[in-house]
Order: sequence, then structure tokens, then C-alpha cells
Amino acid sequence: MKSLHISTTINGDPVEFICDPDEPLLDVLRNRLGLTGAKEGCGTGDCGACSVTLDGRLVCACLVLGAEAQGAEISTIEGMALGDHLHPLQRAFIDGAALQCGICTPGILIAAKALLEKNASPSDEEVRYWLAGNLCRCTGYDKIIAAVQVAAAEMRSA
Amino acid sequence: MALDQPKREFRYVGTRPNRPDGVDKVTGRAQYGADMTAPGMLTGAILRSPHPHAKIVSIDTSAAAAIPGVRAVITGADFARPDDNFLRDVQENCMAREKVLYDGHAVAAVAATSAAIAKAALKAIKVTYQALPHVTDVDAAMKPGAPVVQAGRALENVPGGMSDNVTNACEFGHGDLDAGFAKADLVIDRSFKTAATHQGYIEPHACLASVTADGKADLWCCTQGHFFVRTLCSAIMGMEASQLRVTPSEIGGGFGGKTTVFIEPVALALSKMAGRPVKIVMARDEVFRATGPTVSSSMDVRIGMTKDGRITAGEANLRYSGGAFPCGTVDMGAQAAFAAYDLAAVRTYGWNALTNRPKEAAYRAPGAPQAIYAVESVVDELCQKLGLDPLMVRLKNAAKKGTLSSYGPTFNEIGLEATLQAAKAHPHYTAPLGKNQGRGLSCGFWFNFGGNTCVSLNINTDGTVGVTEGNPDIGGSRASISLMAAEELGIPYENIRTIVADTNSLGFNDVTDGSRVTFAVGLATIKAARDAIGKMKARAAKFWGIDEEAVNWVDGAAVPAGPNAGKFPPLSLAEIAAVSPQTGGPIAGHYEVNVDGAGVSFGVHLVDVEVDPETGFTKVLRYTVFQDAGKAVHPDYVEGQMQGGAVQGIGWALNEEYIYGADGRLQNPGFLDYRIPVASDLPKIDTVILEIPNPGHPYGVRGVGETPIVPPLAAIANAVSRAAGVRLTELPMSPPRILAALKG
Amino acid sequence: MRYMTAQSAKAAATALAAEPGLARVLAGGTDLLVQMKAGNLAVDLVVDIKKIPGIRDITAEAGGFRIGAAVANAELREHAPVCALWPGVAEASCLIGSTQIQGRCTMAGNLCNGSPAGDAVPALVAAGAMVRIESPDGVRDVAVEDIPVGPGKTTLKKGEIVTSIFLPARPARSADAYLRFIPRTEMDIAVASAAVSLTLDAAGKITAARVALGAVAPKVVLVHAAAKAIIGTTLDDAALAALAKACEAACNPIDDKRGTIAFRTSTAGVLARRAAQIAYTRGQETSKAGGAI
Repeated sequence: MKSLHISTTINGDPVEFICDPDEPLLDVLRNRLGLTGAKEGCGTGDCGACSVTLDGRLVCACLVLGAEAQGAEISTIEGMALGDHLHPLQRAFIDGAALQCGICTPGILIAAKALLEKNASPSDEEVRYWLAGNLCRCTGYDKIIAAVQVAAAEMRSA
Repeated sequence: MALDQPKREFRYVGTRPNRPDGVDKVTGRAQYGADMTAPGMLTGAILRSPHPHAKIVSIDTSAAAAIPGVRAVITGADFARPDDNFLRDVQENCMAREKVLYDGHAVAAVAATSAAIAKAALKAIKVTYQALPHVTDVDAAMKPGAPVVQAGRALENVPGGMSDNVTNACEFGHGDLDAGFAKADLVIDRSFKTAATHQGYIEPHACLASVTADGKADLWCCTQGHFFVRTLCSAIMGMEASQLRVTPSEIGGGFGGKTTVFIEPVALALSKMAGRPVKIVMARDEVFRATGPTVSSSMDVRIGMTKDGRITAGEANLRYSGGAFPCGTVDMGAQAAFAAYDLAAVRTYGWNALTNRPKEAAYRAPGAPQAIYAVESVVDELCQKLGLDPLMVRLKNAAKKGTLSSYGPTFNEIGLEATLQAAKAHPHYTAPLGKNQGRGLSCGFWFNFGGNTCVSLNINTDGTVGVTEGNPDIGGSRASISLMAAEELGIPYENIRTIVADTNSLGFNDVTDGSRVTFAVGLATIKAARDAIGKMKARAAKFWGIDEEAVNWVDGAAVPAGPNAGKFPPLSLAEIAAVSPQTGGPIAGHYEVNVDGAGVSFGVHLVDVEVDPETGFTKVLRYTVFQDAGKAVHPDYVEGQMQGGAVQGIGWALNEEYIYGADGRLQNPGFLDYRIPVASDLPKIDTVILEIPNPGHPYGVRGVGETPIVPPLAAIANAVSRAAGVRLTELPMSPPRILAALKG
Repeated sequence: MRYMTAQSAKAAATALAAEPGLARVLAGGTDLLVQMKAGNLAVDLVVDIKKIPGIRDITAEAGGFRIGAAVANAELREHAPVCALWPGVAEASCLIGSTQIQGRCTMAGNLCNGSPAGDAVPALVAAGAMVRIESPDGVRDVAVEDIPVGPGKTTLKKGEIVTSIFLPARPARSADAYLRFIPRTEMDIAVASAAVSLTLDAAGKITAARVALGAVAPKVVLVHAAAKAIIGTTLDDAALAALAKACEAACNPIDDKRGTIAFRTSTAGVLARRAAQIAYTRGQETSKAGGAI
């Protein structure tokens, strides 16, 4: 298998990497670039723990080939805070105890951010359906939904 | 150790500060099992059996070993056979020897310079199997003539003449059952089944092992108990405990499933052979196929009740299967079944049978949800048939202080009645229901546990404090431990940092299980703080030139005990710490204990559902959890346990199950068809925390983590049965099952 | 495995045709990458079609819409005119997988995957959608129902790729709807599904209808008898009962981990009935709104 040389942009930074043609973007991020914030919970697109955005679209990094990153813009959890200034969603998750073990948290934050960029005032039901592809086994989702709403309200008033 | 005082004002305990690991976890910086790396690291991978039951005739690893980049290949033959039964089962579950006992059982492993090479090496290993008849259902396994999973594993108390698969037997109870049933106006006898379910943590098992040529080893892994990992791995590897240091990573969920080892001894053996660090990360299908689901069950429950709702007798026969190895979980089910009731006549019998399924691992209140589901279903049906209010009947029969429990001990202060009263007073209980809707209720119980615990607490010279504990933080426990240290020391929460240390840094700590951490580690932390306070008082006494006994500790400072002790301004913790080099050196508190007095826990769940009569689809409309927390140290995370446990129970009740084909292979080893609840399935989960102080903890704390998964099974079954107008007796209550019941 | 980015449909088709081993088209990859990961597919060549000019476009054509084969369903959902004209197709497409999957998956991929349970397919069949196929030999248009053959199998030949799906124009007072049954509210594969597309006259009588069922046979089935049962009616109770009965009769499902034969059969009838009611109400609403867009 001949490796591919890929040029891409991750969290605004130009990045180059080589990868196998069949290597998922998630493996590239985690194993080649040291961006381990995206987690592999299933590898089959069923859990959402590897959520990132690709050209602004929310996707599972396990279901994207590294090769497809050529020329694309990727955002990961590592790029969500600006320096030491947390995103409102990140703060709301800490303040609202919206995480227990925290393994699903990066994916949920990325997914929630994508939601609020499209819909600044989602209903609880809209949040629940949008996040249905992000499995959380600890919280029962309650505090997650509440934290997203707190952040949404804060972002609306900003 | 007793409760300090029955009613106490707390300054920090009971508040909701941010958790210390929060920023790491929302920025992707927290390091979980699979995030660890080491220089020169190899990738380990495991070959697993496609057969549910087969003799291993031969394994040829030569072709795999010859592949460039493959640095080690091992099989079961590379492990010494432990003498101890328990250890041997753990080892054989990590890697099979003569037989494979379930679909997914490990048979060989490789370590290679890349994942792709490791994968190719697994393909090159040739295993010759001789297939054997298999059995995956507990009732089938208990029949005479069933395929024998392992022979000769029955404990001494198992009567002769049963299937060879029966390994464990137990009996609990008291009183005269016949006399009790004779007093009943109605006796209901029902049989129930529950499928095996998985803990479903989102983080697959992962570890990184490094064994050096001089026999020293380091192991990083996601686990609920790294000291126990050290015990198991050092015994399996024939190492001294001091030579193996285990460091826990952040843990991405466990729920009991990460209280044992699966890949850790394999990684150590590969690393030893390769002379390089080896990382193994399970794929999701490996997690489902080869790590612990809970037991499946088949149960008969008989309960008698008078017309006015008094339970006169209760009896349960529980048949559990914990997979291919002996499993004592049924003991806990048999003890917990009737724990919520004050009964004159009660008897429970439990049996465990071997099946060709993965070895059971603990799952949140192991054994209790199944048995209590069966008991609470029959109680509900009795209430329905006798026209009685199910909550009033629970109150009428509720266990209380002084009750001789169904499993032996007499209860001390318990919160069941208060919890039931809270449910009765809650608007949920009387809210109107619509068409095709039903309301269900169930009590739940868990024993809770204390156990071996060791904590160090260091007073830094700038007046801040470091707490060192030995239990992985599975849901915010570092915050709770810091709160208790803050409370005791009288300094702000923010001035304390609690860390989870490796196995070399503390004495043995039991696994994070039994809902023990906030209770037991909290207790040890309070005692370690008191130890440090004693030392700080001594320093102050020395400074003032008075007796140690004449110094008190108030609001984070040493003060003279009274006017007679002398007139000195208070010396704060920071002031004492600052001069500690001059007053005798560093100040640290320490405590080690095997804690008793965990204090049992009760909860009550109320749920409303709507069942679609045409499809059998169940929608959960409203859910309220009532639970006694003793004292809620960090209420956010107590609520989180109550909500998370309830939702795991909802999944168990409605959709989650291990599905086996006729070929004995697991049909749904992924999150697509092993259907855990998603956000859109659920309503808000309301919580009501009761605080009936546990007499066994200085602040009255009880464990809260496990009880919440116990009531949902029956609560939902009762709600569905009332909504559908037909009694459901098998879990999960999947739509095809409900529709079939509706159609009779 | 090799990965190539095709710059034209012809180049893609030519590469696929020339590959001696196993070749696959990559659009959203939400089925392909899962199959590759599971080790079910030893793919030799993956041809990424997303860079082909126009293949990610939705274009108005002859009163209907041509949906490029690489249009992600999330993009389809954001296209208001398509959603207004074919709400059933839009809702079916938007049910596939999670938000994350929606960001990648395509209707064409759903069709080419060949699963009888694909959500988009019954709706496309009911809609009478046409599939445009390109190969080194040229271009052909085929009805959607002629693509699937059985689980994982289609009539597409080596070297053929789907480049677009065409949703036709429709008369006034027309609408469609799609419903599926899953055990949860999201994230499952359909256990049974039904799509109904119909046209009403001014008096509310159904003048034309197409009914398609998913996950109840080796491939999605177009149930003519079910359409016949409601054409000429105002979807009264008798018509609904006849519709459900015809649908049940058309079922030939399997027992598996997702459902039983009895459950799938009975549920297909229920869903068809409910979908027909939704489509009927929508048809009446388009009438009030002054006809279809």
C-alpha cells in the first residue's frame, strides 16, 4: 500500500501528513498528529465520540479517509478554546456537571457547537435529536441538554 | 467510624463547585487508556475464536512470526497455569488454553511495528478447532444432558444430580413460608427472564505495558482499580508486586466492567517477549464479544398478599448465568430480592450455570436489578389484582430500622420509608395519564461497600493541600474528595488538589466498586485531614508554648482552646505551613483502613410510559428518581449517578440484550444493534435526593452509584404492563415482544 | 488499496471498469468505510467522486430536481424547494443515521448499498425517481426500483456509476410521506418502512398513488395492489384497511436480530396506513396553499 501525502488545515493551522490510502482520518489525527481529543468508541459511526467538522460539516472522523482531508478544513476539540479562553459550551459543561467520565465530551461539544452555529435557539427536543448520534453512558443526557441550553442562551446574549 | 453528629451544618460539603479535571476533559487534553504512548511502542492485537465452544487442536504461529515487523506472538501456552481457581479463570479468560469457551475468546496475540502488520499477522495464525456442542441459554444449560461448558466446577454446596454446568448455589431467608402463604388472600407465582446486558462504557479497554530486561514493568491502563490489576497481573505473570507499577489513565466509563483484566496480562506477556512497550486497544466488537456482560437470568417468584396489602410470604428461585466461568453474582441477587420488605416469611434460592458466553464482569449493583425486577413485578401485579395503591402497599411493608432483612442482618437507619413518602408527595405520582399510558413504580436496593482504603494528604508550605488517593475517578470523585478535605481542614475547595496516584504511591486500595469511593475514600480523607490537623495543632502549641490539648482547630486555623490556654491570635493553616520548615519539617496526614459501615441504600423510581398498541413501541414520558444519599457531598454528581443509572436501566428494560444465533455467535457486537438509549429516546430525568445520614460515616455519606440501576427494570415493566393491559415478564421489552403480548 | 480522486464521471467510470480487483465508489463513505473496517470487503481501488464537477449540486430541471450523487443528505435537507416538492423523500433521507452521518451520506449511496432497509429507497421508489448512470459507454436513465436486486446486490454493472437522481415534477395536490419503525428514536436500521406518494383531485379523491415498502423483502418493493386499494378513494377507513392488507400481503421478510416476520409484516401495514394519512393531509394542504411549488 503506497502512502499518500496530504496537505490540509486543522484548527486553522496548515498541516501535512502521510497516511495509508485506507486509513481513517481519526487514526491520522490520533496516531500521526497527536490530536487525541477525538476518541474512538466504535469505529463505525455509531457513537459520535470522534466528531469533528470537515469543511464546516459535522462528521465522524472514523468514517472519513485521511486522504479526503486534502485541501479541506478540519476542526477538532483541540481548537475549540481560544488560548485559555474556553468556549461557552466548554464552560457550561464544567459549570453544569454535564460530564462524568468525559470520554464522550469532546464529540458532544463539537456536535453541540455545530448545532448552535445553525440554530441559535434550539428546543430541548431539537438538541436531543441533533445529539442522538453522540452516545453517553454516564449522564442520562439530562445535564448535557441543560448545559447546551445554558451556552446557547449565553451565546445569544453575547 | 461513627457519624460526627446527627444534624450538622456544612460549609463546603453539599455545594457544587467545578470539578478539578473539568478543563482537561472539555479541551480533549485528558488522557484516557488509548491516548498513552511510549517510545518504541508496538501495537498489540488479539486473535479471537469464531466458535462458541471448541477444542483447540493446534495453533501454528510460525507464519505470523516470520512476517517482518512482528516482534512477538503468544498463545495460552506462554502463560503459567495458576494454581488458584479464581486466578486461573481470570488468566484463561484473557487467553484460552485447551478449549475456547465463547465466541470472541482470545486464542493468540501478536505485537508488531504497525497496526496493519499486526492485523496481517493475526490472519497468518492457523488455529485448528474441533467444534463442540454449545449452550448459551441459562435454562438450557441447567437441563440434564446439556453441553458441558466446564466439568467439575461445582462448589461443595451444589447438590448432586444437577447439570454439570451448575456451579453455585445459595439460600437466604427466614420464617415459615407455608404458614405465610396460607394467610394470603392472593398468591401470584410468575416466571421471568432477563437477557445478558453490557455495561456499554464508551471507552474500549486499552493498556500500554512496558517490561524491561531486568524484570521491572510499568502498566498504564483504563481501570476501576489499578491495585487489583497489579494483584492479578503480577500473579499471572509470576512477578513480585513491587516490580509492577500500575498507573491508571482517565477512565471512559466502567460501571463495574473495568474491575478485572482482559488485555493487560496479554500486553505484559507480549512486551516481555518483544522487549519493547506494547499497546493494546480493543475494538468495539471485541468489547462486546470478550468483556463482561452482566448475568442473564431466569426466575420464579411467588408472593402472597392479604386484601389490605400486607405481604405474608415471598419466595424466589433465581437461575443466573455468568457465562463460561463460575460466577457468584446470584448470591447478591438472592440477598437483594426482598430487601425492601419487612417480611415474616421469606426465602430465596440461587443457582449459577455455565454457558458459552463471555465471563461475567460486575455491572452496577451486580445481580440485584434482575431479582428485584421479578419481585417488584409480582408485587405490582398483586396490587393491580387486589385494587391497591402500589405505593401504599410498599409503605405498608417497607423495611425500616430494626427490620430483620431477608438476607440476615438487621437494618440500622435506612431511608426507604422517607424515600417512599417523598414519591407519594411528589406531583408526578398523581399527575393524570392519557390513553395507552401507564405509570410504574419500583423500589431498589443495594448493599454498598467500604473496603481497603489509603489516603495521604500533604500540607504545602504555601497553605494549599494535595490529596493523594488510589481510586480512579469515574464520575467526579476527585471533586467530592476535595470537598470533604476542604470541609475538614476549613480551607477553600480551590486550595486543594486531589490526584489519583499509582500503585507505588499508596497502600492497597480496593477497586472503585460497591459505590465505595465517596464513602470510603471520603472517610479516609477526613481521617487523614484530622491526622494533619493534629500535627498542625502540635506545631501551633509549640509556637505558642502551650500544651497540644489546649489547641483547637476552628475554620482552618489553630486557636487556643479557651481563655485559660492563653491569648493568642489564630494561626491559620497557611501560617502554620509557611513556618513548618522551622517547626519540625513537612506536615502530612495519612490514613489507612478497611472500612465498615457503608450503609445500605434504597431508591424509588416512578415512570410514565406510552405504548403504541399497533407497533409495541414504548415511549418514556416522565421519569423521577428518589434516593437516599445519606449526605450528598456534591449534589450535581449525585444527581448524575441517579440519572445515569436510571437511563442504563431504561435501556436494559426496553432494548438492550445479547442476541445469540443458533450458531452460538453474538449477533450484535456493536452500538448499532446493541441499542443503548440515545438522547432523543429520553425525557428529562428528575431527581429528588433524600438525606438520611449513614451512621457509619462522619458526615453521614452513603454510596449512591449503584442503586439507581436497580428500580428501572420493574418500574418500566410495571408501567408498560399497565399501559398495554398485559403483564410483560421478559426483558428486554422490545417492540416485537410487546406487540406479540398485545396480540396474545 | 489505492485511492483516487476522479475529476469527471467518465474518468471515474473508466477507472472502475479497468480495475481488475474489487473497486468501489466513495461518496459519503458511511457504508463503505464500515464494511472495509469490518473486514467484509478487501477493496483494491476506491474512487472518490466528490470532486467531479456538478456532482454535489442540486439543480432544477423540468419542474423537478436533479440531485447530484455526492449531495450529502444534510445538504438536501437545507434545500427548501426539494423539501417542499418531495417532503417524503426529504424526510426519508434525513432519517439515515445521525447528524454526523447526515453530513456525509448520500441518497445515491443509500441506493447503491443495496440494502432492503435503506431509508431513502422506498421514498425514491414511491416518488418514481429516475437514476442517471454513467459508464465508459455512455449515459442511461433507469427507474429507482430497477436498481436493487437483493441484499447488497444491484443491477449496476462494473464500470457504471450513479451520477444523479432525478425527482420529477408533480401535479397540484400531490404529496408524499415516509415512515419507518425502529426500536429507538434514532440510530437504528429500519425494521420495516413504508413510503406513500399520492395525488388528489379537487374533491379530495386520490387519483394516483405509489406505495413502497422497505425491510420486508430482499429488496424494496413497489406494491401496486396497495396503490390500487386507495386510488379512487378519499382514504376512508375501508381504503386504509385495504391498503394495510395489501401491504401485509406483499411482505416476505426474515426473522433476525432486528425483528420477527410477524412483527415486520404487521408493522409494514400500520406504517403504510399512517404514511398514507400524512401524505393525504399534505396533499390537501398543498391544495389550500394554491398547489404544488
